[in-house]
Amino acid sequence: MINLRATAATAALLCFTAFGASPASADGEVNVYTYRETKLIQPLFDAFTKDTGIKVNVVSASSGLEQRMKAEGANSPADVLLTVDIGRMDEAVKAEVTQPIKSVVIDEIVPAQYRDPDGHWAGISMRARVIYASKDRVKQDKITYEELADPKWKGKICIRSGQHIYNNGLFAAYTAKYGEAKAEEWLKGLKANLAQKPSGGDREAARDVAAGKCDIGIGNTYYWALMMNNDPEKKPWAEATKVVLPTFEGGGTHVNLSGVLLAKNAPNKANGVKLIEWLVGDKAQQIYADSNYEYPVRAGVAVNPTIAGYGKLTADPLPIAKIAANRKAASTLVDKVGFDN
Amino acid sequence: MTRTTRSGRIAAVIAVATAILVAAPVISIIALALQPAPDVWQPLIEYVLPRSLLDTALLLFGVAALSLAIGTGAAWMISLHEFRGRKMLLWLVPLPLAIPTYLAAYVYVDLFEPLGLIHKTLALWLPLQDAVRVLPNLRSLPGAIIVIALVLYPYVYLSARTMFQFQSAEFAEAAKTLGAGRWTTFWRISLPMARPALAVGTALVSLETLNDIGASEYLGVRTLTVSVFTTWLNRGSLAGAAQLSCFMLAIVAGLIAIERYGRRNVTTEFSAESPRLTQRTPLAGIKGGLAFAACLLPVCLGFLVPLLYLAHQSFKRGLFANFDMALWRDAFNSIAFASLATLAALLLGFATILAWRWRPTRLRFVAMNIAQLGYTLPGLVLALGLLAPLLAIDNAVNALAASLGQSLPGLIVIGSGAAVVIAYVIRFLAVPTGFIKAGFERIPRDYDDSARAVGAGQATTMRLIHLPLLRPAMLGAVIVVFVDCLKELPATLLLRPLNVETLATSIYQYASRGSFEEGALAALLIVAASIGPVAWLTRFSDIPSGPA
Repeated sequence: MINLRATAATAALLCFTAFGASPASADGEVNVYTYRETKLIQPLFDAFTKDTGIKVNVVSASSGLEQRMKAEGANSPADVLLTVDIGRMDEAVKAEVTQPIKSVVIDEIVPAQYRDPDGHWAGISMRARVIYASKDRVKQDKITYEELADPKWKGKICIRSGQHIYNNGLFAAYTAKYGEAKAEEWLKGLKANLAQKPSGGDREAARDVAAGKCDIGIGNTYYWALMMNNDPEKKPWAEATKVVLPTFEGGGTHVNLSGVLLAKNAPNKANGVKLIEWLVGDKAQQIYADSNYEYPVRAGVAVNPTIAGYGKLTADPLPIAKIAANRKAASTLVDKVGFDN
Repeated sequence: MTRTTRSGRIAAVIAVATAILVAAPVISIIALALQPAPDVWQPLIEYVLPRSLLDTALLLFGVAALSLAIGTGAAWMISLHEFRGRKMLLWLVPLPLAIPTYLAAYVYVDLFEPLGLIHKTLALWLPLQDAVRVLPNLRSLPGAIIVIALVLYPYVYLSARTMFQFQSAEFAEAAKTLGAGRWTTFWRISLPMARPALAVGTALVSLETLNDIGASEYLGVRTLTVSVFTTWLNRGSLAGAAQLSCFMLAIVAGLIAIERYGRRNVTTEFSAESPRLTQRTPLAGIKGGLAFAACLLPVCLGFLVPLLYLAHQSFKRGLFANFDMALWRDAFNSIAFASLATLAALLLGFATILAWRWRPTRLRFVAMNIAQLGYTLPGLVLALGLLAPLLAIDNAVNALAASLGQSLPGLIVIGSGAAVVIAYVIRFLAVPTGFIKAGFERIPRDYDDSARAVGAGQATTMRLIHLPLLRPAMLGAVIVVFVDCLKELPATLLLRPLNVETLATSIYQYASRGSFEEGALAALLIVAASIGPVAWLTRFSDIPSGPA
């Protein structure tokens, strides 16, 4: 027979001991909350540990990390928050879980355009939202974002959900440049040009071009390089397309940032700052650029050859903070025009 | 008498504490929802809600209808007929329970994608571009309905089967003497009698569907859950998301009311004398073969296809060639979290029902019903709702330590993984509570009275009479909770401590990088860890056919 009381006591005890609470602060450690998948950034953290002897503890999630930090309050173990999108950086600052980084190194290396004016966040790498165009069916080598709403592309464009953070960033940039009314009109036009309901991810955009479902797909720069170099099965998807770096009329290509923030209650603040500064160092920037095919923010670091093959990137000069401020409006517009329906 | 009241009081205290535990995230979500969320609702009502309500309703209805058809059909065939291969089907039919909905979605999208296996096969006969046009688009409402129903139908099957096989022979025979054929008997006797079980099974399927975010998001269906997610992330409005969640809770309350209504006037208490069981109708030759094939088809689609695909992908990657040792650690975490949560859920569920059985007061009744509420919270909402109360405890502990001049212990609840276990317990407590309640309903109160008459206290009655009779119900609950915990994703993602991954979170990371096949081995491990328990569940589910 089950001895209920003893079993209950054992269970309760096990609950609290099995995984052993980890101390928030310890010498030579730094705790990172990240939206980037562990497997992608682990090589970077390993190199950091090797260089500095500081151990990196990680928790990664796809959502809610700011909320978790907020609820954890003064006892939060988080030192550094690593995001893959400007929107999340904005959220974190609004949730008041960050503090200004205050680092001469960061201020010197990261261009002002890719830093929070108040110092709460700094970009560590960039990717561009570009076009995967069919090699056979698309002759143009220059395309503007505005042009995507031109009826000549009717039934020819594939894109993922309009609510995905990558598209949200692009649409927010458009809204920031032209205002809501024009952005709505553009989104309607783009929607009318879609070959199918928005679905899948950026890789699928290339795949659907390869399969002949559409002529152009919208995707981030690094997915194409990853398919081309790291995934033999998906290589044909990339091979069927060419990457076109679109620009805004009279502007440049829309870029989004992977960025870092320093937690407001960072128990290992010094180590946190050390990690952030290390991430914009020569070595880290090179690893980041080569392992995930992103554009380094540090001047003088070589862009990976595959990425360089797209042509020279001229990033749009619109300050990142302006894009972040228009995210909500862009998200509402997507619903308003029924983009995903 | 003192002994009796003491154990009674312990059960009641546990029941109330459990209710508070489950209510905490709900209250915390309501508190969040009370914060103003200006300019969130207006666009939501105008642009989002009509569509997502319709999509949610169609998805729920479609999945429920398809699961009912498959689950009831298979249960009826297997419980009331005898044919070659029947014994094997007993093992096989519930197996899709081992496949998480998000895995089924990943696998089927891979299979049917342009340039995928099916497309390339079609392209042997058709030009590539024509072949792509005849491919069904799984990223659609019909696609989502089919994929989700194929892995959720066992909930209906299992509850329907219990009902069918306990239906006593008298009714069927009476129908026969009145000239009713097999179909008439099915439609007019078996099916109405199984209604309560079907209502339970369908409610489970619907709640699972509503909770799911991985599969429906991946398949491009914008359900309310997906809207909560978007509101929170892109509009930066936690309050708005919480308000939407409350709205969802209201819908769930409606679903539960429908389920209760479906069970009205139906007693599930069986007579104490074992009823004469229905004799299974033999099906020979072609008929038997067809019956076997019909029952095997959903297993193939809901279980074998995903399993084989995952196995194929794992072997293609050399299975253990580039084996990442981290995978064992992830598997260990998954199993440890799931085991602890299962044990705790079973104990709390049992105490809650016991308290009600012993003294059905209003308070205990309310506690019992609150305990089952957690199932209605989508994992993501639950995790959000849990953050504040759990961290309040953690922060209080630290404040106490600080005031005593002790060194700070850090975040004990969330830092130790206890938060994950607590989330699982709250989310899945409805399973043991429901199973054990149903189990108790089969134990006539006369037994308790007789035990009391011979001087046995409540504790003794529980030990000698209730526990042995409840064993099948408890085992069933243990297995379902364990497997559900292994599969849980959104709450695990948000609440797990530093440096801890589970199999589910590891697969999710691969999938969100768009290369889910690389996580095939982890996926295979989840399925493997679930197959054993699910198969074990079926061991207790068959009873001998009635006498000829």
